Amino acid sequence: MSAVVLVLGDDVSTDVIYPGRYMATVLPSETPAFAFADLASFNARLRAGGVPPGSVVVAGKNFGCGSSREQAVSTLVGHGLVIVARGFARIFSQNAVNLGLKLVETPGIEAVEGDVLELDGGAVVNQTTARRFRTVPPSAARAAIVEAGGLIPYTRTRLLALRR
Amino acid sequence: MGKTVVEKILARASGREAVSAGDVVEPAADLAMSHENAALVINQFLEIHHGTGITPRIWDPSKVAIIFDHRVPAESPKTATNQKKVREFVRKHGITKFHDIRGDLGGICHQVLPENGYVRPGAVVLGTDSHTTSHGALGAFAFGIGATEMASVWTLGVALNVEVPATIKVVVNGRLPDLVGPKDLILHLVGLLTAEGANFRVLEFHGDTIRTMSTSGRLVLCNMSVEAGATSGIVPADEETLRYLREEARVCDQLAPVAPDEGAEYERTVEVDVTALEPMIACPHTVDNVHPIGEVEGRPVHQVVIGSCTNGRLDDLAVAAGIVRGQRVADGVRMLVFPASARIYTQALLKGYLADFVQAGAVVMNPGCGPCLGVHQGALGDGEVALSTTNRNFQGRMGNPSAEVYLCSPAVAAASALTGAITDPRHVLAGGVR
Ligand code: SF4
Repeated sequence: MSAVVLVLGDDVSTDVIYPGRYMATVLPSETPAFAFADLASFNARLRAGGVPPGSVVVAGKNFGCGSSREQAVSTLVGHGLVIVARGFARIFSQNAVNLGLKLVETPGIEAVEGDVLELDGGAVVNQTTARRFRTVPPSAARAAIVEAGGLIPYTRTRLLALRR
Repeated sequence: MGKTVVEKILARASGREAVSAGDVVEPAADLAMSHENAALVINQFLEIHHGTGITPRIWDPSKVAIIFDHRVPAESPKTATNQKKVREFVRKHGITKFHDIRGDLGGICHQVLPENGYVRPGAVVLGTDSHTTSHGALGAFAFGIGATEMASVWTLGVALNVEVPATIKVVVNGRLPDLVGPKDLILHLVGLLTAEGANFRVLEFHGDTIRTMSTSGRLVLCNMSVEAGATSGIVPADEETLRYLREEARVCDQLAPVAPDEGAEYERTVEVDVTALEPMIACPHTVDNVHPIGEVEGRPVHQVVIGSCTNGRLDDLAVAAGIVRGQRVADGVRMLVFPASARIYTQALLKGYLADFVQAGAVVMNPGCGPCLGVHQGALGDGEVALSTTNRNFQGRMGNPSAEVYLCSPAVAAASALTGAITDPRHVLAGGVR
């Protein structure tokens, strides 16, 4: 069970998730400081440790549109956030699969800040409103990378197989 | 069953007889491009090798391209240090397609790649930049990936678990009216398709308008295909592609253009007639918030930006210079011009366009990404409005979340710089505003 800590609309771009002016910061260990940097109060809550891992950001369609910057994913991974959105942009969602950010594609999701969501079991249940929403599972190609623990271990296995 | 261009390219690159939309393939990379974010790719590349006892080695350094463009010259010690690390890595691993910060060879990756002949029809091009879609203009299958995926490509030479995308056929017919161009067409299309309308799809461009369009214009269309969510845009290679590669990119070796089969299966077809197309404007804060210029004309602007991988080529600068030549940028307006590459900068210098800009009161900046992504130069003040020939107007894109960015063609940008408000260039040239 996870609490909704932020609700956003459609077309949340990577410029909102991780503004371009912080792109010189590249290491996954350093990017979390700038998550949603332009949403000052939410960023302050994250930095103060006021958002427990497993908390949920709810958004509309096309979350993560725009740039391929991987910082937009590593910054969310760093806070252990889960994104439940009506849809995701392609590069962002592939980066999430590669780096182990949990995304739950939920075309009809409706929730407000403070709601509690149940995410397991092939659907999202908003326990606060007692409503159940269908989810779209990742493709088999993506699920294989998720199961391996991300693209780094997945590629490492292939690399080791090559040299054998 | 007929195949789309991308299905044919991916079959060839994956060593398969044929593939169809939805299949999962491992295409070999013909070109793997990164910019400053190579710093992160290097980090992930070393991480993949960590603990394996295998010495990190790039599968084929001749197929890797690294271009510094996003922050040139470096705006901070941090960037300068990242660039320094990348330079050392480039040297150590023998990467030859490296474009450092130079006045002769530098520029924005999406211009440097085509003009140096690195992109070939039928190739698989991967780039750690979302606008890698641009290179579809030369008949390649080109798409953006993240840094970790690029590290995987550097290691194995293939992209793993790629799902063959479905294709939307876009047929464009009619003659573009004067002072209406490829930028207006792609803005119109993004408005039509919406920002996610082509998500996980390829846009394959056809029709008279495309056949008679220069490679420069096709680059605009493919560049902004990603703004409709597309994995890539692609113009099947034709005579113009070969002309560009031979004459402008000076490619001598054999080329293998790929055409779609008769009866290729498209998910759907979108038809556009451009005969009566107006100059189009994308309003804040999404690229699909597109309106004909008449609906926003007269809105005051504080900064006009001409350049970027979308509209910083010689033909763009020629149109804009023609409009501002002998005129004066309005008081209270900053006009910034940044050519897409060093080569274009030199050509524009020799043709006198840069003098036209400067004499009109514009500031000509060095080639690179400049103000486009709001990290470096040309930031906006609180509440200010920019009108720009770049490709994104997301909130905060130009460095200030309280500012607004409108997107337009070079002709609209130049005309508006003279008046200080969004202006239809056809009115300026007709003497209507002046
Ligand atoms: S000019 Fe802008 S859109 Fe193009 S590569 Fe640079 S930052 Fe990206």
